[in-house]
Formats: sequence, structure tokens, C-alpha cells
Amino acid sequence: MKTPSPRRSSDDRLFRLGTGFFALIVVLLVAGIGLELFRNSRLSIAKFGLNFWRTKTWDPVAGNFGALPFLWGTLYSAFLALLISTPIALGIAIFLSELSPKPLRTPLAFLTELLAAIPSIVYGLWGIFVLVPAVRALENVLPQWLRKTPLFSGPPVGVGMLAAALVLAVMVIPFTSSVAREVLRAVPATQREAAYALGATRWEAIQAALRYGRTGIFGAVILGLGRAIGETMAVTMVIGNNPQVSLSLFAPQYTMAAVIANEFTEAADDLYLNALIEIGLVLFVVTLIINVISRLLIWSVNRQVKVKAAAAEPVQRAREAA
Amino acid sequence: MKRTRFGFIAVLGLLATIPAAAQTAQIDGAGATFPFPIYSKWFSEYNKLHPEVQINYQSIGSGGGIRQLTNETVFFGASDGPMTDEQLSGAPGKVLHFPSVLGGVVPVYNIPGVDAELKFTGPTLANIILGKITKWNDKAITATNAGVKLPDTDITVVHRSDGSGTTYIFVDYLSKISADFKKTVGVSTSVNWPVGLGGKGNEGVAGLVKQTPGAIGYVELIYALQNKIPYGSVQNQAGEFVRSSIESVTAAAAAAARQMPADFRVSITNAPGPGVYPISSFTWLLFYENPKDKAKAKIMVDFMKWALTDGQKYCKDLGYAPLPQGVVALEMEALKKIRL
Repeated sequence: MKTPSPRRSSDDRLFRLGTGFFALIVVLLVAGIGLELFRNSRLSIAKFGLNFWRTKTWDPVAGNFGALPFLWGTLYSAFLALLISTPIALGIAIFLSELSPKPLRTPLAFLTELLAAIPSIVYGLWGIFVLVPAVRALENVLPQWLRKTPLFSGPPVGVGMLAAALVLAVMVIPFTSSVAREVLRAVPATQREAAYALGATRWEAIQAALRYGRTGIFGAVILGLGRAIGETMAVTMVIGNNPQVSLSLFAPQYTMAAVIANEFTEAADDLYLNALIEIGLVLFVVTLIINVISRLLIWSVNRQVKVKAAAAEPVQRAREAA
Repeated sequence: MKRTRFGFIAVLGLLATIPAAAQTAQIDGAGATFPFPIYSKWFSEYNKLHPEVQINYQSIGSGGGIRQLTNETVFFGASDGPMTDEQLSGAPGKVLHFPSVLGGVVPVYNIPGVDAELKFTGPTLANIILGKITKWNDKAITATNAGVKLPDTDITVVHRSDGSGTTYIFVDYLSKISADFKKTVGVSTSVNWPVGLGGKGNEGVAGLVKQTPGAIGYVELIYALQNKIPYGSVQNQAGEFVRSSIESVTAAAAAAARQMPADFRVSITNAPGPGVYPISSFTWLLFYENPKDKAKAKIMVDFMKWALTDGQKYCKDLGYAPLPQGVVALEMEALKKIRL
């Protein structure tokens, strides 16, 4: 083997340092953002403490800030979006990875991923002009006894939690489905073959694959959650922007990202600004944690495959020797 | 060979930029979104008259404009609401206010089957926004609209979700009319609305009102006109129901001119006098009394003299009301305060 010439090894080192530097910049950027958010929210943290997240009043005039409605709106809308999008996204993933005929696979996958490429504001416009009138029509059609229940109460305005959840669901589907497809692809063929060998039907074999990749699929769902929590423009255009805590699907409500986007430019005094940035800080931390959890869950499927393969090796070798 | 050619081109490039840099004066301002169309027009027209002057304006909102002026990152600011005493004391130097144009905020509505112009009294409007009046055929509304058949539809209030000078003008008026409103909601660019949907920007409110049957909202006059949304008239102090127009808004300012405070920080909502539209307001340009850059100060004073006189003729086409003569005269005097 030829030893590498001195010039080539210094190039390699330069290359390594250069790319390492870029990687470091990203880490520093994230840390820097977190630090700035914390630094600029200290006034509000000092004044309100944890009560900030327990109070319902958001009064910029009096200087009383309570972010409970935004926290509620964010969590409720994300939860509803997941409820609607997960079965659909998993259905798409299963169909594309197991059931669809080969020629259909690539175009369908491409179209699903195209949904992710549509700008958020375009979803917002579609929401206002198509979804909101549809929700309003739905509200008018529901029977009166149903409209009296807390889940469906409220005047038929159209904008509200349901419209926001629907828009979010459509935006989340491509993310969840493409990651779930990858996870199902990572399930080793031996799993399905073993199921068929035991006399399973198509659907039962798919179930076996799903069970194997369940942590990764859960990770895909969590990834979708991360996306739904941070979505701003599309949500603020269809959710009604009313800071209230309500169980009703038809009530106009508010989310953390929406209130920051709406009120940031005119927040003239420091406490107001700090309150908004504190909301941003929590959003930042929560999204970071959710994305880390989802990545770990998704990678765990690959690790599972390697671990099980390594565990199977001695058995395999023994069989070959015999 | 390559290096000398590159060096030659670089030097040429540098030389080309020097004369340009020496000639154009670049002045930066930031602030309110409401007057952005007229300011844009003014800056481009002024640039045609004085090609060496380039004024850049970022419409980031009144709050942003005040903040940038206080941090001295821009030379002038613009705001739909006058700076508060605390904001003034937070600035590194004394800030002067100069009203530039006038605007009117109108109540727009969408009632299926009703095309007529509705008449609102101040207290009725306040109670609608407070959520106390919830149906269109409430006694308070039908009392002033005798000839109109109002349906038994729910009222959906639409307000601004973002902080805005338009909101400031509207809640300023309602706070003067109703002590209850003043206590519950208060006056600011962002307030705690008791009920209603939030739309982003004047366009957002206009869009929501147009789409939602039974909605009522408030927008700048030009948005109601351009989007062809019916808007109502409001009762002024003299008891007349007046519709917003160039004349009625300018009349509101003329009334204020007689008692104008020296620093021009005055609210002209609910102004007294005949033919006055009660929900009118100035919008201000903000300058330091003793600016550090005297060359820029000289240019801006010259610009202001042009804007207050010749510039006012561009107002009408863009839906703004020009300043009344009395106010212009006072401002010309006040411009002398800027130390050049």
C-alpha cells in the first residue's frame, strides 16, 4: 500500500476542518438562537413566573400577560391535526410500500411529497377561500341538539379550531407518510417472509411489519406533531385569532406561533416584547425536544435491525457448520 | 497577466462607485403601515424633483418605527399613534411630531339582504364591540335605522389580530364615547378584545367581513372603497350621522387646529363641530429636534415643506385626507425648531 503523500493528507485535514467548521456553525446557531430568546424574555419570566402559563388574560394595555389560551390552542390544534392525519398518512405509507403496483409507486410518492412543497401561505389562502366556507356550511347542516354540546357549540363563523386542524392535517400528511414509508422499507424482508411462511394473509404480514417498525412509525407521527406545533401563517389565517380556551371545534382560538407573528411588530414596550419572546422560547424548546425524540425513535428501527442481525449471526454460522 | 487584468477591473469598479456615493443622500425611515402608500408616492415624487435624494421607508409598524428611532438606526420614524410620555423619555433626544396626512376608520358590515348604509351611534358601536349587543335586530341598531329591515342574525365582531394604528384610532374613539369600553379594553395598538375574530391587516379584516354573514369590522376608508364593502355612518358630537369622506375627515382636523397643542400630539377622534367625521386621525412623522446628521436634517426639513404643501395633492387618489390649512401653517412654524 502506498503511503499517502504529505500534500494529500494536509488537503484531507483542511477538508475535514472546513466541513467540521460548517457543522459547528449550525450547532452554534441553534445555541445562539436559544440564548437570545432566553436573554430577551427575562423581564417577562421575572414578572410572571409560572403563572404566565396559567393565566387566561392577554391584555397589552394593562400589561397583564397570560399565555394559557395560546398553549391550549397550539396543543389542541396539533392533537386534532394528528388525529386526522395519522390514519391517512399511515394508509398512504402502507399502500405505497406494500400494496401499490410498481408503476404507480413513484408518481404517487412524488405527488404526496409535493404537498410538503406548497408554501404555508398558499395553504392559508386555500383555507380561507375553500375550507372556511365548507366548515361554515357544515356548521349550518349539523342538527341543533349536536350544536348544543360543548364540542360543537358556537355561532357558524367558519374560522376556528376545526378549520385550523384540517389545514394542519393536510400539511402534516406528507411528512408523516414519507418517514413511515422509509421505516416500513427498513423492516427486513425476513420478517414478512417469516409471516408468509407461517400462513399469514397479506394484511397480517403487513401487520407484522408494522409491529416491527412501530417505534419508527411513532417517531414519524411525532415528527408530524413537531411540524404542526410550529406552523404559523396557514393557522393564523383560519383559526380566528381569539385568545380563548374552548373545547368547541367551531370556536375561534389562538396559537403560540400565530400570536407572535401577529403582535410582534407593534409590541412597543419591553414587557410586551419579552412576553412574546417568552412564548417563542417555549415554542423553540418544545419543538427541539419533539424533533430530537422523533429522530431517536426513527433511528431505533435501524439499530434494531443491526442488533437482531448481529444476534442472529452465531446461530447462522452454527447452522452452516452443521 | 490575469491578476493585473482583475486588478484593473477592480479599480475601475471602485472609481465608478465613488461619484455616485458622493452625490446621492440616503435617508432611512421606518414606521406605520397605514400611510405607507402615500409616503412611497411622496418619496418617489420628491426623488424626481431632487434626484440626489433617496429616502427609504420600511413599513414595519408604528411600534417598530418608534423603537428604531429610539435606537437611532433610522433617521425618522412614523407612527399612527403619538408617542407616549414614557416612550419620549426613553429616547436619547427630544422627538418632534409632525402630522403628515389624515385617515378615517369606517365600520364595515356584511348583513345578508341589507345593502343600505346603516347609521351607528357611538354607544351602539361600543356595545357591539364589547359584545353586549349580539343581534342585528337589537333595539339600539333599529332605533337609528328606521327604514331598514334588519334580520335576526348574530353579530360577529371582526377586529385586527395584529397591532395596528387603525385599531388605535378606533379604540381611542370608542374609549371617549364609553367609559365601560375604556375600562374593559383601553387604548393601544393591540388590545384585549372581549369578543370577535382577528384578521391580519386591513385586508384580513375586510376579507373576513366580506366572507362572514353578520360580521362587523373596522378598516381604513380606502379598504372599504376598494373592496366595495358597505360601510356605515357614525354619529358625531354635533348629533349628525356622517359618512367618512375627504371633506368630513379634514373637517375633524380643522376643528382640532383651533386648539392644537404645540407638540401636535392630539387625538382628533370625536371632534366637535358640524360635518365632522368622528373616527378620524392624524398620522405623524417623527424627527429629533437636534439631529446629529445636519445634512440629512436639512434635506428632511426641505422634504417636509414640500410634503405639507405640494405633496398634499397626492392624498386624494390614494384615499387619504389632506391636512387643513391651519395645521399646515402651524407645522411650517414648528419645522423651524429642528436645529440644522
